[in-house]
Amino acid sequence: MIGILRWLYFSLLVRPVITIILGLNTRGREHLPRRGPAIIAANHNSHLDAMVLMSLLPHRLLHRVRPVAAEDYFMKNRLLAWFSTRIVGILPIARKRSGPDDDPLAGCYQALENDQILIFFPEGSRGEPEKLGKFRAGIAKVAARYPDVPVVPVYMHGLGKALPRGEGLLVPFLVDIQIGEGLKGRNHPEDFPDTLRGRIQALAGDIRQPEWD
Amino acid sequence: MGEFGLQPAVFQALAGIFGLLVIASIIVAIIRSRLADAARTELVSRIQSWWLMLIIFTVAMAVTRNISLVFFAFVSFMALKEYLSLVPTRRADRRVMFWAYLTIPTQYILVGMEWYGMFIILIPVYAFLLLPMRMVLAGETHHFLRAAGTLHWGLMAMVFSISHVAYLLVLPGEVNPGAGGAGLVLYLVFLTQFNDVAQYCWGKLLGRHKVLPTVSPGKTTEGLIGGVATTVFLAWLLAGWLTPLTDGQALAAGLLIGMAGFIGDVTISALKRDLGVKDSGSLLPGHGGILDRIDSLIYTAPLFFHFVYYLHY
Repeated sequence: MIGILRWLYFSLLVRPVITIILGLNTRGREHLPRRGPAIIAANHNSHLDAMVLMSLLPHRLLHRVRPVAAEDYFMKNRLLAWFSTRIVGILPIARKRSGPDDDPLAGCYQALENDQILIFFPEGSRGEPEKLGKFRAGIAKVAARYPDVPVVPVYMHGLGKALPRGEGLLVPFLVDIQIGEGLKGRNHPEDFPDTLRGRIQALAGDIRQPEWD
Repeated sequence: MGEFGLQPAVFQALAGIFGLLVIASIIVAIIRSRLADAARTELVSRIQSWWLMLIIFTVAMAVTRNISLVFFAFVSFMALKEYLSLVPTRRADRRVMFWAYLTIPTQYILVGMEWYGMFIILIPVYAFLLLPMRMVLAGETHHFLRAAGTLHWGLMAMVFSISHVAYLLVLPGEVNPGAGGAGLVLYLVFLTQFNDVAQYCWGKLLGRHKVLPTVSPGKTTEGLIGGVATTVFLAWLLAGWLTPLTDGQALAAGLLIGMAGFIGDVTISALKRDLGVKDSGSLLPGHGGILDRIDSLIYTAPLFFHFVYYLHY
């Protein structure tokens, strides 16, 4: 039943909105993971970010894809929690640790052990529209713990205009997506977040971004 | 009404265009081995996109009138979206742009209602006056003129101009008993697109003198003259079959479409050059974006429409 609802949600709502109302121009598709475990790390401007990234992957992988999202936001009430975890398939994590022995990322480790594909927004929250914010420490911890899991950098432009933080009205804009080659924690033990951020910044440089002020 | 609800002349004309594309595909298949890799990839994907466009266009024209209107509304939507994603915009204008998008269904509903008086002023009068008012309410004055100007230019080009193609469809059928409004649409769209191809081919064949080097370095005087001459000839040849135009009027229509098509093409070239892009998008492989394909039609559609409307309706 949930499977059917998920399929309906993605086929009848998410994909049509993304391909018709918005429209994607994707480059570097060959770098997308074909199987788990893997991590997709992208800039974050809009609620649509995770939907768009999920739509880039083939339907057969959908049940393995888990966008990592803030527990305090998406688990606010029971309806939203049900929708976020069951239909979208988010992996809720706490932004703050509740005690000294608690690791908010435990769910991520478990998912990677189960060969799932995590969608990770290293900026933590959606931040300023169309600006790449500071990276939080989470991604470095995961990469250090799973040094052979590829982290695929992605930069998206346009979603922060179409549906930015704090806005409920979707305005059509084309979305440019640039996907880079995956990098592994093993090869960048010292400076993983900086390297990843540099890669995503470089991908941003390959996209023409008209003035938005 | 004949096959698939189309009048026989329209059906035959569409069949003829399919025939032309078959010939073009065969020619490309023959010469492809002699081309450099880049040129081959572009030419092959260009032909593939032509097939896709022709098939979608044929289906859109063949089913019912309202499906055809929805199709042209969709063309306007895709073009406006491409345009607004390309030009500088302001965060404060998100809602203004949303209203601008709403002019598309409104304009095409007016076409469906055959309400000419409102169709012709919705964008030039109401959108022109009300969208800046909405911008003022948002309160952001920085880059106000740039925002109001680019938005209105986009609406005029992508919605107002293109909707004239759709209005041809609803013109009274008795004036053009052989082919109806669909015949006029086919005449306009075919001549506009063929004019582009003819100017390109004549330019490749004979081109020596650049006609607008700072805007579009690939365009030559020889290409322009050869293309316009070809279009004038075809306009005269096809007019009796698809339109109510007399021979003299058809020659003038050919000249109008040939010249206006060129101007539309280079106007969008100037826009792209200003914005620093080569193609307006990536929707149609080998062509670029939708704006790259309808650039000429932005100019030819309203000019041809008012030419025919003044003379016959």
